[in-house]
Amino acid sequence: MDLKNLRFAESHEWIAPDGTVGISDHAQKEITDAVFVELPKAGRVVAGKESCAVVESVKAAFDIYAPVAGAIAAVNGAVVKNPAALNQSPYETGWLFKIAMTNAADRDKLMTHEQYQEFVKIHKH
Amino acid sequence: MPVQFEGILAEHRAVRERAGLFDISHMGQIWVMGAGARATLQKLVTNDVGSLAPGRGMYALLCREDGGVVDDLYVYALEPDRFLVIANASRAAVDFEWIKARRGPGTDLVEQPQAAAVALQGPLAETIMSVISGEAVSLSKNGVGEFQVMDMECVIARTGYTGEDGFEIFAPAGHLMGIHDALLKKGAPMGLALCGLGARDTLRLEMGYRLYGQDLDEGHSPLDAGLEWAVKWDKGDFIGRGALRRQKEEGLRRRLIALRLADRGVPRHGSEMIAGGKTVGVLSSGTYSPSLSIGIGLGYADYELFPKSLETAPMAVRVHGRDIPAQMVPLPFYRKRK
Repeated sequence: MDLKNLRFAESHEWIAPDGTVGISDHAQKEITDAVFVELPKAGRVVAGKESCAVVESVKAAFDIYAPVAGAIAAVNGAVVKNPAALNQSPYETGWLFKIAMTNAADRDKLMTHEQYQEFVKIHKH
Repeated sequence: MPVQFEGILAEHRAVRERAGLFDISHMGQIWVMGAGARATLQKLVTNDVGSLAPGRGMYALLCREDGGVVDDLYVYALEPDRFLVIANASRAAVDFEWIKARRGPGTDLVEQPQAAAVALQGPLAETIMSVISGEAVSLSKNGVGEFQVMDMECVIARTGYTGEDGFEIFAPAGHLMGIHDALLKKGAPMGLALCGLGARDTLRLEMGYRLYGQDLDEGHSPLDAGLEWAVKWDKGDFIGRGALRRQKEEGLRRRLIALRLADRGVPRHGSEMIAGGKTVGVLSSGTYSPSLSIGIGLGYADYELFPKSLETAPMAVRVHGRDIPAQMVPLPFYRKRK
């Protein structure tokens, strides 16, 4: 996945032009080893910033938010079976679900990778 | 000690399969010495320190008069009248004052200055240990001694908090650094991993070892916690004995139970335990078990809400509002394959 094509939400999800959603490399490091992933059902309609998935690590549970509004078009069953993929490959095999966006322009309002990296730097606790 | 180095799962696996090195300098180290030391400890803790031979260590509980647990300790006898007491970090200062106020005559109490310690744990621990002390590897389980390591004397015990074979090495901070580095240098090529608090917690919980502040506190007794094996009724009087005796005679009001989840989800401290559709208590500890690849937890269940008759009822743990089926199991959760 070319990071230049991705857009990032402040809640650390990325979304590709085709609506594929995952979490950033920064987020997977914060979450630490993922042990369970719970994904929404295909067909579910979600609002932007709606919590729709959960990633559990040994440390804690993390809500994953839909970066834009739309309908869940597909989910990554492979990452449910092998949550480690989320840590090993957050931008490729560790993707979570795909959204059929209600309005593709919503995506353009999110941060570029460059902007996101700046954002992470500023918001580092 | 950080929560993790490489990652909790990798560190956990290293300890179960090879070896891990934990900085446990946060633990309190209290020396109890003098002609009255043994009698003092015998009066203060639940286990039979009177029978503790020099060169041996034992787990024991420090109790209040009402049976509540002040701390859980490891007591090592180095000599007939010289003991090293290992206390939980959060309780070390409380323990020190507790013991000091109740010590018998002829008992000196000294906090180890610059206390530092490491735990080397795992099936390869002995091999790795042999580089810094060929003598310490002859210790048997729960054995303890003072050994010359890299030109200085330190206390080494064959104990730990992981369920694996291993050693705990106690020495002043400056010296311990060298020991730590020597162990790491020898061990790293064999797969020795630096381990953090995260793996320490998953390892201990797989064994069902209680953690003070979560599974033990002043509001629960050793009997509530299922630790009667460390309470020696026949050793003579000790602080809390009367209250514990009464609890035993009148019947306990609650007990610590162990639950193993049957489905995905990670139970946490505070998660509700459900039996027969009703909440019967909350988890005092919960985690994902890396060895079993499933959630596990300990929690106190009231006998009133959870009588023996309910033990066969379907159980669950509520995680994010979802009831995940669970089974009550005997401890430990994890047993090493022989």
